[in-house]
Amino acid sequence: MRECFIEFRNVSFRYGDEQPWVLDDVSFTIYKDEWVAIIGHNGSGKSTIAKLMNGLLFPQKGEIIINGIPVNEQTVWDVRKQVGMVFQNPDNQFVGTTVQDDVAFGMENRGFAREEMVNRIDEVLQAVRMEDYLLTEPHRLSGGQKQRVAIASLLAINPEVLILDEATAMLDPKGRKEIMRTVSEIQEKNEISLITITHDLEEVVQAERVIVMNSGKVWAEATPRDIFKQKDDLRKIGLDVPFVAVLADELKQLDIMIKNEPLNHDELLEELWTLHSKM
Amino acid sequence: MDITFKDVSYIYQANSPFAHKALDHLSFHIPAGSFVAIIGHTGSGKSTLIQHLNGLLTPTEGEVQIGDHQITSDKKPENLKELRSKVGVVFQYPEHQLFDETVRKDIAFGPKNFGVSEEEIERRILEIAPAVGIDESLLERSPFDLSGGQMRRVAIAGVLAVKPNILVLDEPTAGLDPRGQSDIMNMFYELHQRENLTTILVTHSMEDAVKYADHVMIMNKGTKYMEGIPEEVFAQQEALNKVQLDVPEVIQFLNAFNARFGVDIPFRRQSVAELAAEIQHALKGAESIE
Repeated sequence: MRECFIEFRNVSFRYGDEQPWVLDDVSFTIYKDEWVAIIGHNGSGKSTIAKLMNGLLFPQKGEIIINGIPVNEQTVWDVRKQVGMVFQNPDNQFVGTTVQDDVAFGMENRGFAREEMVNRIDEVLQAVRMEDYLLTEPHRLSGGQKQRVAIASLLAINPEVLILDEATAMLDPKGRKEIMRTVSEIQEKNEISLITITHDLEEVVQAERVIVMNSGKVWAEATPRDIFKQKDDLRKIGLDVPFVAVLADELKQLDIMIKNEPLNHDELLEELWTLHSKM
Repeated sequence: MDITFKDVSYIYQANSPFAHKALDHLSFHIPAGSFVAIIGHTGSGKSTLIQHLNGLLTPTEGEVQIGDHQITSDKKPENLKELRSKVGVVFQYPEHQLFDETVRKDIAFGPKNFGVSEEEIERRILEIAPAVGIDESLLERSPFDLSGGQMRRVAIAGVLAVKPNILVLDEPTAGLDPRGQSDIMNMFYELHQRENLTTILVTHSMEDAVKYADHVMIMNKGTKYMEGIPEEVFAQQEALNKVQLDVPEVIQFLNAFNARFGVDIPFRRQSVAELAAEIQHALKGAESIE
């Protein structure tokens, strides 16, 4: 039995009394050491979910439990020690004048001993491969480098869950892949939960589980393979499906019997190879 | 309006210890009416390049020619304002530049500055708002009450309302959901064709480059690394990987398929259905050889 880490119980949220509900009776569970991708069209409530998870917002109805603690104004500081968040625009997240100061900031706030801080700065910058930039001013870094430093700053405070809210949207494809590799390695090593809010399908297929949001409700919750079986329905709610899934469908139309729902090139090539050997 | 760069270099903070050469003897020619995709990894000089197109930056060396306007290191274009009315730039996250009380006033700001009459501005607003997907009922709303995607559309409408001949788009779909991305790109493409614009698209999306551009230019280290029609440029996967770029996913798959099955299906911008048929054909072909 996996340990439950984040629980949303019938959560509803709106930004004002007259405003429409952004989240409408949303319930789900995220387990410890699980990678969950949250997808949905703009305005479906994805980012609101992230903000509720670390107490930047509080729901009007329902309850959010993080690691056994109900999130409210009294517990928000305890919750934030466990929930690290990286946003889309790295420029909005820097406070230090050098990379090392920036990484130190979060630890200072939590009263880490100086000795430990020095060690941890080296450790986390190595983890994101930014150890050569200790004294660099953050604004001289590229977008991808900035996001890596932002992630290092979070790792320094040892969060139990890492939330990336479209954190790779500004990066070029290589930078995006590198960041995701770094993050998933760290997730496995530290056994933390990882929540990625993204439109990038390559990121989505790597997750263990996908939560699809539509108009403030949980529309579906399943493995990427099961989610992408519902191609037409996904398109109806404004979402895309991976290229291999589209190609697999077209091949099936031509009576090429693809059995599993392939999620990446290798899987599809493998299926075609097997079929072709049997021909 | 043709765009020509002759040996253009640009150095940030020249003559200081922080001097950084962002463009390095860059030359190219874009004929009027082209749809050009400019691609390169972060820091390759794309953003510096597009700031030369409307005279926000003047070259440290070399010469930029936009239609009749000439920009060199010692010569700002004589009529900068006219140039800027002809070159519309949609910067990254253009919604950050919204400022006015209402959507209508925000869209009108650009053309008003360029001396367009009130009646003409109103006519343009009524034409452009629906084209970018802004309902007329939103015109009196504050742009800050709109969703991110709607704000992006308002900002784009403001650029279009000036009626530029050259449209420069810097990552116009970053941060939008898939449907929003294709809606906005299709809108630009239609406009490009209808108004006979010259369109420059700076993008990380190889998929968009293949889908919309008739010409692709790859930037690396401030200079031109490759250029040509998309099919030719993207056929060179190794050369692109060398400068940290990928080829579109369909070509990656084709290359892997061809290698594995010992066949040679070329990329011709075929649809996925056509591709599936060619794969079926190749599988059968491989069978008959055995």
